[in-house]
Amino acid sequence: MASWDADQIREEISSWLEANWNPNASLIEWRKKLAASGWGMPSWPTGWFGMNMPQEYLPTVAEEFAKRGVVGLARTGIRILAAETILAHGNDVQKARFIEKILTGEEIWCQLFSEPGSGSDLAGATTRADFDGNSWVINGQKVWTTSAHHAHYGLLLARTDWDLPKHEGLSYFIVDMQQEGVDVHQLKQMNGHASFNQVFFTDAVIPTENQIGKNGQGWQIAMTTLMHERRNASGGLFMGASQKAGFEGSIYAEEQAEDAISMEPYKWYPQRAGRVDLTEPRAKQTGKINDPIVRQELAKLLMMSRCAEWTASRARAAQEQGQPQGPEGSLGKLAGSNIARQASIVHTLISEADAMLSGNDGAMDGLIAEILISVPAISIAGGTDEIQKNIISERVLGMEKEPRMDRGPFRDVRRN
Amino acid sequence: MRYSFTNEQQQLRDTVQNFLSEVSTTSAIRAEMDSERGFDAQVWNRLHNELGIGGIHVSSVYGGAGLSFVELAIVLEEMGRALFCSPYLSSCVFATSAIERLGTDEQKGKYLPELVTGRKIGTVAQYENSGIFEPDRINAAVEDGKLTTTKTLVTDAGVADTLLILAKNGQDGPPAFFIVDLNDSNVQCRSLETVDWTRKLSEVTFNKTPVKLLGETNPSSDALSYLFNVGIAALANEMVGGASRLLDTAIEYSKNRVQFGRSISSLQAIKHKCADLLLEVEFAKSAAYRAAHAITDQDPEMSQYCSLAKAVANDAYLKAGQECIQIHGGIGFTWENDTHLWFKRAKSSEVFLGNTAYHRERYLAEMGH
Repeated sequence: MASWDADQIREEISSWLEANWNPNASLIEWRKKLAASGWGMPSWPTGWFGMNMPQEYLPTVAEEFAKRGVVGLARTGIRILAAETILAHGNDVQKARFIEKILTGEEIWCQLFSEPGSGSDLAGATTRADFDGNSWVINGQKVWTTSAHHAHYGLLLARTDWDLPKHEGLSYFIVDMQQEGVDVHQLKQMNGHASFNQVFFTDAVIPTENQIGKNGQGWQIAMTTLMHERRNASGGLFMGASQKAGFEGSIYAEEQAEDAISMEPYKWYPQRAGRVDLTEPRAKQTGKINDPIVRQELAKLLMMSRCAEWTASRARAAQEQGQPQGPEGSLGKLAGSNIARQASIVHTLISEADAMLSGNDGAMDGLIAEILISVPAISIAGGTDEIQKNIISERVLGMEKEPRMDRGPFRDVRRN
Repeated sequence: MRYSFTNEQQQLRDTVQNFLSEVSTTSAIRAEMDSERGFDAQVWNRLHNELGIGGIHVSSVYGGAGLSFVELAIVLEEMGRALFCSPYLSSCVFATSAIERLGTDEQKGKYLPELVTGRKIGTVAQYENSGIFEPDRINAAVEDGKLTTTKTLVTDAGVADTLLILAKNGQDGPPAFFIVDLNDSNVQCRSLETVDWTRKLSEVTFNKTPVKLLGETNPSSDALSYLFNVGIAALANEMVGGASRLLDTAIEYSKNRVQFGRSISSLQAIKHKCADLLLEVEFAKSAAYRAAHAITDQDPEMSQYCSLAKAVANDAYLKAGQECIQIHGGIGFTWENDTHLWFKRAKSSEVFLGNTAYHRERYLAEMGH
C-alpha cells in the first residue's frame, strides 16, 4: 500500500479473512497461510511475513482479528524475541530457515544469556565458543533458561575472544538444543516451582551458518533481544491466548494445548507481584479491615498502586505528545517491587500466625503462602532493582558512572 | 482524564517559575522569615499586577482569571519549589475558596475583588487548642451572632484583614464559617513561635466578637468537605514542588562534591537513594495532579484522591528533606546551608491539615471500607 488508511485496512482484512480463515483448520496450516499473507506480523518488512505497516495501525488489525476470534501467530514466551532478533540481525538464509517455524509454533526457543557467574553483569559471560576449523564448539553453563526443556533452539551468547575487553569478545549463535552435548536440568525455586533450567554445554556443536552477525557483535545483538524483552514485558509477553470466548472450532483446542505448555512457567508470576487485588477483599472477609494497623498498611498499599498507575499514564501521555521521556517513564519496575513488598506486608498482617501455613492448610489453599514466598523474585527477575537504580540515576538524573574495574583484556578481569 | 499539561499550562508554569526565581532567592526567603510580616509587599503587588494570579481559579465576575484548580495547582507547585514567602495559600486559596463557595452574592462582591487583587489579605481559622480542626468535631460556637473562643495555628493571621472562622452555628448547631473584619473588631492575635519560619502562625482569641455567617444558610457537609479537599489538595501540590526542589538540590550537590578522589554522585549508596527518592517524588506529583483534576471536575471521589495526595506528599516531602540533608553530610545540618528551610516546611506541612495516618484512614473510609 502506498498510503495507509484504517478503513481500507479493515476492508482488506475482512475480505482476506473471509476467503481464508477457518476455525477448523489445523493450527500449523492456518498459521503458515497467515504468516505468508503478511497479516500476522503487519509491521514487519514486506517479504518477511509483514507488509511494512506503521505501528499505529496495528490496533486496527488486532481489533479485526479479535472480532472474528481469529487465532494469531505464535508469539508467547521467548520465541518472539528469537524471531525479532533473527529478523534484525540474521542473514536471509537464517531468516528463511528459522522465522516461519517460530511463527507457526512448530519450533520452541529459549534464551541462553545468564550464567551462574554473570547475572547483573551479563557481559561477563564465560561460556566459550571455540572454532575447530569446521564448526563452533561450545563449553560452559547457562542458567535461568525458561522453556529449555521443551526448546528446539536457543539464542546463545558466548565468548569467542578472551584477549579483547569483555563486551567486545562476545558472539551470538543459534544452538540446536536437542543435540548430545546439551544437558538441561530443571532449577527448583524457593517457592517450589521449577520455571527455569540450568543448561550445561559439553563440546556441543554449532555449524558456522548458525552464527548471527560477526565475531564480537554478540553484545550488540543481545541488546536487541533484551530491548524486545523489556518492550514485551509491558505489552503482553506473558499474556495467554487472546479472548476466544463464544467462538467454536477445533483450532482453539490446539491453541490452548500450546499455551498450556508455553505459559506454564509463568503461572506464579501474578503472585510474585503481590496480588494487590486480594488484599482488600481478604481484609473484609477476615474482619481485619477493622484493625487500625491493617487499615494503615492497606491504605498505603492501595495508594502506591494508584500512584503507579497514574505515573504510568503520565509517561504514556508524554510519549503520545511526542515529548522526550521524563523521569516518570523509568520507574515502573522499581514501583512494582515496592508494591509487591508492601502487599506481602498486608497479606501477612491479615493472616497473622496462620502465615506459617501453606498448601491445603494455608489461606486460600496456599495461594497466600505462594505470594509470601514468591515476592522476593520480583526485584531480581529481568534485572535487579539495584541495576535499575543505577540506570535511573545515571541516565535520568545524570549522576556519574562508577569507576570500572573490568577494563582491558577479559582474560585478566577478576571474575567468579 | 488528562495526564499531561497543555501548552498554555506549561507557559503558565514557566512564567511563574521565572518570576519566582527572580524574587524568591534564598536571601529573600531568609529576609522574610526573619521579618514579622513574613512577605515583601512590593513582590506581593507585582504578583497581582504583573502576573495576575491572585484569583487564578476565581470567577471573572469577581476579578479572577476564571481558570481551573489545575492552573492554581501549577502556581502552588512552583511556589512550593521556590519556598515563596507570602500569604498566597491563606488568602488566595483558603479564604477565596471559602467565600466563593459559601458566600452570599453580596459577600462575594464585597470581599473577593479585594482579595484577588491583593489589596486585602484573608485567612481561615480552623484549629482549636485541642488539635481539632474537622467541622464535625469542633467545639467553638457562635451564639447570638457573637463568638468567644481561641483558634490556633491560623496562617498569616498577623497580616490578615479578613478572617473566616470555622465554628458551630449555636451550641448544638451545625458547623459553619463565619466572617469577621479584623481591622474593626476586638480580636487578639498572638504570633506563635514556629518550626518553619516561612509560614507565620498565630493564635487568635475572640471575646464576644460580633461575626457574620458566611452565606445565607448553614453550609452543607458536601460544601465543607469540598473546602477541606481544596485545602489539602492545594497543600499537596505546594509540597510536591518543595520535594522536587530538594531532590534537584541533592543531586546537584552530589555531582559537585568530591570525596575519595571521585564525585560522590558515582557512589551507589548515593545513586540508589536518589533513584528511590525520584520514585517517591514522581508518585507524589502524580497524586497531587490527580487531586487537582478531581477538584476541577467536581469528581464525587475527590475526597479519596485529595487524601491520597496529602498522605503521599507528606511522606515524599519529609523523605526528600531527610535525604537531602544526609547527602550534604555535615554542611546540610548547618544554618548557613539552605536545605533546612525546605526541611522545616516539609515537617510543618506534614502535620498541617491531617498527618499521613489521618489521611490514610480517611482514604479508606471514603472508599467505603
